[in-house]
Amino acid sequence: MFARFGRFRSRTAAWVALLPALAIILVAHAGSTGWTIWMSFTSSRMLPNSNFVGLRQYVTLFNNDRWLVSIHNLAIFGTLMVVGALAVGLLLAIAIDQRVRAENVLRSVFLYPFSMSFVVTGLAWQWMLNPTHGIQKLVRGWGFADFQFDWIVRQDTVIFTLVIAGVWHAAGLVMAIMLAGLRGIDDEIWKAARVDGIPTWRTYASIVIPMLGASFATAGILLSASVVRLYDLAVAMTNGGPGLASEVPAKFVMDHLFERGNLGLATAAATSMLITVVSIAAPLFYARARARAQETRR
Amino acid sequence: MSAGNTAIPAGPRPDRTSAARWGLYAFLAISALFFLTPLYVMIVTSLKSMDEIRAGYILQFPAEFTVAAWTKAWNSACTGLNCNGIKVGFFNSVRILVPSVIVSIAVGSLTGYALSLWRVRGADVIFGALMVVAFIPYQVFIYPLVRIFSMAGINQTLFGIVVIHTIFGLPTMTLLFRNYFASLPPDLFKAARVDGAGFFQIFWSIMLPMAVPMIVVAMILQVTGIWNDFILGLVFAGRENLPMTVQLNNIVNSTQGERAYNVDMAATMLTALVPLAVYFGSGRWFVRGIAAGAVKG
Repeated sequence: MFARFGRFRSRTAAWVALLPALAIILVAHAGSTGWTIWMSFTSSRMLPNSNFVGLRQYVTLFNNDRWLVSIHNLAIFGTLMVVGALAVGLLLAIAIDQRVRAENVLRSVFLYPFSMSFVVTGLAWQWMLNPTHGIQKLVRGWGFADFQFDWIVRQDTVIFTLVIAGVWHAAGLVMAIMLAGLRGIDDEIWKAARVDGIPTWRTYASIVIPMLGASFATAGILLSASVVRLYDLAVAMTNGGPGLASEVPAKFVMDHLFERGNLGLATAAATSMLITVVSIAAPLFYARARARAQETRR
Repeated sequence: MSAGNTAIPAGPRPDRTSAARWGLYAFLAISALFFLTPLYVMIVTSLKSMDEIRAGYILQFPAEFTVAAWTKAWNSACTGLNCNGIKVGFFNSVRILVPSVIVSIAVGSLTGYALSLWRVRGADVIFGALMVVAFIPYQVFIYPLVRIFSMAGINQTLFGIVVIHTIFGLPTMTLLFRNYFASLPPDLFKAARVDGAGFFQIFWSIMLPMAVPMIVVAMILQVTGIWNDFILGLVFAGRENLPMTVQLNNIVNSTQGERAYNVDMAATMLTALVPLAVYFGSGRWFVRGIAAGAVKG
């Protein structure tokens, strides 16, 4: 009798313990998402209204130059940053995996940028890339008087400076994930490759790297999530400029929510971001689940 | 070497051909320089005078060390008309950080515990929802939350920003503790149940003490994450509580007239010090935290 009462009480206690989480999920997560999606179908300006206008905000959005520039920039940044961070991170992990000296020091050096904020990262690189005082002046001082490295003030190149800072910030994270993957590979594979006389680089290219599928997917998921969220770095480093040349979607949403008072357009942009994230994340999760399932079968 | 030493590290046998070895170390050295240069440049810039910065080059070591820029950044750097230094932002960040870390870990660990060891109906749905949320950009949630918080009267307050960090920390914190509690031997939990211990009793006297390593990992994640946050602090903390990252950006990017690069870099370094201290102080724990946070989903 008491035991049954105790069990009932504990079940209730478990639900009580879940109340804060449930409230957060229902109100803050699901509720806000629903409200944002709903507002994107209304003509809301400074304040939300319920005047349903169908897809009109989306039509306006995809005819808005600044939005088109923003998604174009994000596509360039995202592709180069993800590929760059994966490549640099993988190379660093492979290099460190060659039983090098001072492994711990090297790991700390490659990973420390990841501990710092995007604001700090952006300001540090803004200073390094400053054409008047930074790298350009340095190299000119070495005697290369015509050296040009003014990417951060040029509209056609500024987006690449965000990529440099982004790769610097995130490559260490990829290295840590890849190194864990490399260390998890069965030593028998290396022995077999050595017995067969396969060169080291060949073993990496054909056998080891294809086995890192789950690590690639994990790193890819984390990097893509940070790409779509790109905001602080662009605000701190270039504030979207020069002109619109480094505007990004997250900044478009924030500016239209809080400065331009165009809620309908801002929420249509936010909803577009949401759809993009879901359509990128779903295949990556699927790929990782498959890679993991294959690993367990082996 | 003793015969018993048969532990073989992963990776290929070291290639003793010295050219390849040299190439490897050259690559690692160049990479290390690339990663260290910004930190070095920030530090040396912050220790120079403006005259020296204008006349010299970014890589040059300061000819005359001065900590004037650091004292100015801390005590009297200006954001707009307020010239009280970045210390204002530092203490704001501390006031945001401490309660946010405690509350987000408390809610996350309790949720993870309820979802892992107690077969609550719908646990998988709740967990799945949280994992989806972890990847959705903040822009989707921000405006409705501002409205909800305004209605509740907690928008732009310290309490509000703590709630916000709890809301957005919940997915990772829950994941961390759920996976940890699920990996514990089930007999432990069963024995406690047989002895008649209730939900909160088991959590408080058995599970939390066992989860100390996870609490450390969670603290590392939350301290760096909340300290480095910019967008949530900007929107929700309110003018009186703006965190250090927001103030730093204001100091550096809204200066009128000529910019004091040495003060800017000193302020940047000051803002980076807390996460850097956590990173270098925690060593492998930081990597463990990333790894635990990385297994989202």
